[in-house]
Amino acid sequence: MKPALFEYHRAASVAQAVDLLAEDPGAMILAGGQSLVAAMNFRLAAPSRLIDITRIPDLDRIAVTAEGVAVGAAVRHRTLERHDGAHAVNPLIRAAQAHVAHVPIRNRGTVVGSLCHADAAAEMPLVLLLCDGWVELEGPGGNRRIPAEQFFRMHLTTARASDELATRAVFPALPPDAGWAFAEFARRKGDYAIAAVGAIVQCDAGGRITRARLAACGISSKPVRLGRAEAALAGGTADATAAAEAGRAAATHVDAADDSIATAAYRRHLVAALTERVVAEAAARARRGTE
Amino acid sequence: MSTRQFGSRVQRNIDPRLLRGEGAFTDDIPLPGALHAAFVRSPFARARILSIDTAAARAMPGVVAVYTCDDIGHLDQALPLLIPHPSMRDARTQRPLARDDVHYVGQAVAMVVAADRYVAEDAALAIDVDYDQLAVELDLERAVAPGAPAVHTTHPDNVAADFTQVSGDPETAMAAAQHVTRIRVQVDRSTAAPMECRTVAARFDAASGELVVWDGTQAPIGVRGGLASIFGLDEHKVRVIAPDVGGGFGQKVMFPYPDELLVPFAAIEIGRPVKYIEDRRENFIGSNQERTQIHWIELHATKNGEVLALKDEFLHDTGAFIPYGIAVAQVASTSIAGPYRIPNIEVRFRAVYTPTVPVTPYRGCGRPQSCFAIERAMDKLADELGIDRREIRRRNLIADDEFPWAREGLLFADGLRVSLDSGQYHKALDLVCDRIGWDGFAAEQAAARAEGRDLGIGLAFYVEGTGLGPYEGGHVRIHPITGKVYVNTGLTAQGQGHDTVFAQIVADQLGVPVTDVILVQGDTAAYDWGVATFASRAAVVSGNAIHKTAALVRDKTVRAAANMLEVQEADVELRDGHAWVAGTDRKVPLAAIATASNPLRYAFNEAAQAATQFAPASRHDGPALQDDQHPGLEAAAYFSPECATWAYGVHAAVIEVDRATLQVKIHRYVCVHDCGNMINPTLVEGQVMGGLAQGIGGALYERIEYDAEGNPTNANFVDFLIPYATEIPDVEIAHLETPSPLNPLGVKGVGEAGCIAVGPTIAAAVEDALRHRGGGRFDAVPITPSAILENLGTA
Ligand SMILES: Cc1cc2nc3c(=O)[nH]c(=O)nc-3n(C[C@H](O)[C@H](O)[C@H](O)COP(=O)(O)OP(=O)(O)OC[C@H]3O[C@@H](n4cnc5c(N)ncnc54)[C@H](O)[C@@H]3O)c2cc1C
Repeated sequence: MKPALFEYHRAASVAQAVDLLAEDPGAMILAGGQSLVAAMNFRLAAPSRLIDITRIPDLDRIAVTAEGVAVGAAVRHRTLERHDGAHAVNPLIRAAQAHVAHVPIRNRGTVVGSLCHADAAAEMPLVLLLCDGWVELEGPGGNRRIPAEQFFRMHLTTARASDELATRAVFPALPPDAGWAFAEFARRKGDYAIAAVGAIVQCDAGGRITRARLAACGISSKPVRLGRAEAALAGGTADATAAAEAGRAAATHVDAADDSIATAAYRRHLVAALTERVVAEAAARARRGTE
Repeated sequence: MSTRQFGSRVQRNIDPRLLRGEGAFTDDIPLPGALHAAFVRSPFARARILSIDTAAARAMPGVVAVYTCDDIGHLDQALPLLIPHPSMRDARTQRPLARDDVHYVGQAVAMVVAADRYVAEDAALAIDVDYDQLAVELDLERAVAPGAPAVHTTHPDNVAADFTQVSGDPETAMAAAQHVTRIRVQVDRSTAAPMECRTVAARFDAASGELVVWDGTQAPIGVRGGLASIFGLDEHKVRVIAPDVGGGFGQKVMFPYPDELLVPFAAIEIGRPVKYIEDRRENFIGSNQERTQIHWIELHATKNGEVLALKDEFLHDTGAFIPYGIAVAQVASTSIAGPYRIPNIEVRFRAVYTPTVPVTPYRGCGRPQSCFAIERAMDKLADELGIDRREIRRRNLIADDEFPWAREGLLFADGLRVSLDSGQYHKALDLVCDRIGWDGFAAEQAAARAEGRDLGIGLAFYVEGTGLGPYEGGHVRIHPITGKVYVNTGLTAQGQGHDTVFAQIVADQLGVPVTDVILVQGDTAAYDWGVATFASRAAVVSGNAIHKTAALVRDKTVRAAANMLEVQEADVELRDGHAWVAGTDRKVPLAAIATASNPLRYAFNEAAQAATQFAPASRHDGPALQDDQHPGLEAAAYFSPECATWAYGVHAAVIEVDRATLQVKIHRYVCVHDCGNMINPTLVEGQVMGGLAQGIGGALYERIEYDAEGNPTNANFVDFLIPYATEIPDVEIAHLETPSPLNPLGVKGVGEAGCIAVGPTIAAAVEDALRHRGGGRFDAVPITPSAILENLGTA
């Protein structure tokens, strides 16, 4: 488990990183290394060149603005998790981060690295999708932003071109009256989710659901919106029956096959239970917010 | 007298060094100029090798040598069968490097030696092996059915061994029974996963002809014997050192693994030190594993639940080879009746070749499987007869005054008789039920159900034959300069804390502080009589040998001290590193006694003056040493047990199955165990807890998965779920101490105890929790959430 030979470059600026990336088609960006280095040791990845972006000035910034929480590409999971300003406008972030690996890994792994890695069971891609966020990229042809809906293509694959650097990701603020919740189950604490579900629910004064957004990870080849569960909730009362129905609808989104950790049948059971739980919790928060 | 060390909670001697990172593991041994080995391993479970092209690898810069089976001379032969047994026909062992055929994914095919491990791995990838893939059957039951693809052409039925043992008269007893309970149970494959993977480093000194091998093994003396024999060297020219070793759990008692021969071979051939530090992936596919067994067990009982006869037939997965013989299956079969009287037993097993990593003992060694079989069967018998699960056990347990309880006709893994030597089984059962709250549980369960929570309770009893022979030795010497006591024994430690418990035994005899007793183990140049660390035997076999030896040294010391102090031997007391004249403050340090016990000509220090021939202290007429005298305060002695001594225990758990996640949450876990007299309760608890953690792994998490083609699909720490500390509950441990009558210290082994009964305890509790929701039986482990969902039938 030793990596193949590679060059190591420490980029001093975004421009330099993009140049270094363009020069060598075998090059890869190195962020926290918590996924990439393991893959290299297993020789699942054999980049000819690594471009370390973690020392690029300003890339380690978290900016909380009107549009939400902008997270630079060198921001570690743990830094974002502990950021009170980010938590104030989008509490889903902290709730989800608590499930990302273990503290020592969160101390090194980056949020944007996690988005670019795009594991189908990873939490932060789910949150970005749920909040309708986006990723900003810089490439030889300039910069662009890709909404989460389009960014995640499949397990370990994104819409990022191989010569592009993701510079930051933006997690929009939650509407002030929104209720939210996040639930996950993994067999061991800190493991990737077997399934995780997040919810954003808004209610009117009468307790009817005016808007429900749900997303899950671990149940498909990428994080997915639970459209059928959202539809089941829309316009209804946020009660236990509605939550259970949303759970049943959520289960229909599972298309992961049996694997060594869980059967597909179990994932359906689990995503239904988690959906039920987050809908109830989020609705309760939303009601408290409107009272 | 000093306070007795035996039985006290002395802190582990090795911990400060290990915690400060000052341990010296194989990879820490400085070997200037060392080369590094990497292996090409089979990607197929069964295939014929058509060709191996090493040209590209040999040409790579930094590559020093590439070996295939054609390049290793006399090493190209089947590895030894370590434990022969008549039940095996033509037992298959692997070759150091595959010739013609490969039999499991991970089998070594070629070895590269290069300047560093990076280059060695690059070169290994550059070796092109052409295979013709063959059919495989991974399922144990289908593997023994007619027409299944064979792992070895020599064994078309895949049966490696077929062995039946009988105790009593099962035929007659079964005919007399009023009730029969039958179940099929299965325990799946796991692996020891020691923190440090396996390691070998070797250096050959052409001038002296000495081969030195650092090997992270549990059996350095055995490895030396193997190397000396295979390389045709005198044993004294082979020195094997097991330095600090990061866990073994049985995986490292097996030898030789191919690398244990090939690394020394390359060091001799190339004339430079060579190192092989196994990585985690290799540990998953190249180092032996254990556990899969399927039992069909029958209990033939009276209506009152008294079991008259037990019949068990099981399949034991031995993997692609059977180098360790039938040890695992034999331990399982002879432990099958557990702590119960059951006077009539018929147990048959077939060991089955499967195209997977070979199977040799992993902590527990067959006992978790047989415990699972008998305990699940007992629960079922209780259910069928409408008897409480505790009560059915009570009716069958061996009573205190019935020991020793012999199972005539059964032979244990050491070839000796099975005789349960002592215990308080009823007391243990009462204690565990008391602590877990067995009697009040029904109300607790009902209250939880009313809240929509599914609670269950389970218990399981185990017995463990420990302290197997043939023998171990002890050598004790009081150092003449410092007064420190050096102790040697032949078995080695992998983190257990032998140095502490053996020091306690010696300290009690010689009246020295525990920290002044220095245990030297694992170096054949320091001491080379003995066997190895396995079968929970260190305290029993080495412990008693060292105890005997220390007593001899004590006698010598007292005799010499009486001479020096000019008093009767009866008036001499050993304490605080000195010999005292009882009731006075006259004393002499042990160092001085040791010096004086060695007649000297040269007075190199003050104490030595007393030992020279003109000094008054060495008064003697005639020779300084009598015919039967040895110089110094030193002795050697051995202990060879007459048969295994049987430890036992009971586990009980209250668990909850979370309705949303189907996760099994362990609310309370109580372990009552009895390993005879405890040398050090803290270390005993450490062993019990560590075993329990591995038992919880086996009960709920760990299963090595193979796909239909024989590829391991979770051979890494991401997918093979070893529970973290966060998954291990607090456990209440209660000790009973029933001395073993079979050895002077009255001790029994405890190394494997913790893991044995966890599976049936958890399975029983889960079953109990879910029965009211239509759940069925839980007769297989691990019990995953997916398995629970399937059991509930609501998928
Ligand atoms: C034991 C363990 C458990 C874990 N458990 C979880 C878990 O439960 N949930 C979870 O989400 N993650 C988990 N992880 C992964 C962890 O969160 C990683 O930190 C994360 O997936 C990747 O972040 P990184 O900064 O380490 O990226 P790296 O490993 O450095 O890179 C990952 C990939 O993304 C690319 N990349 C990184 N940054 C950029 C960028 N700015 N632009 C373009 N490409 C980029 C790299 O080239 C590489 O392909 C776990 C990791 C470990 C070791």
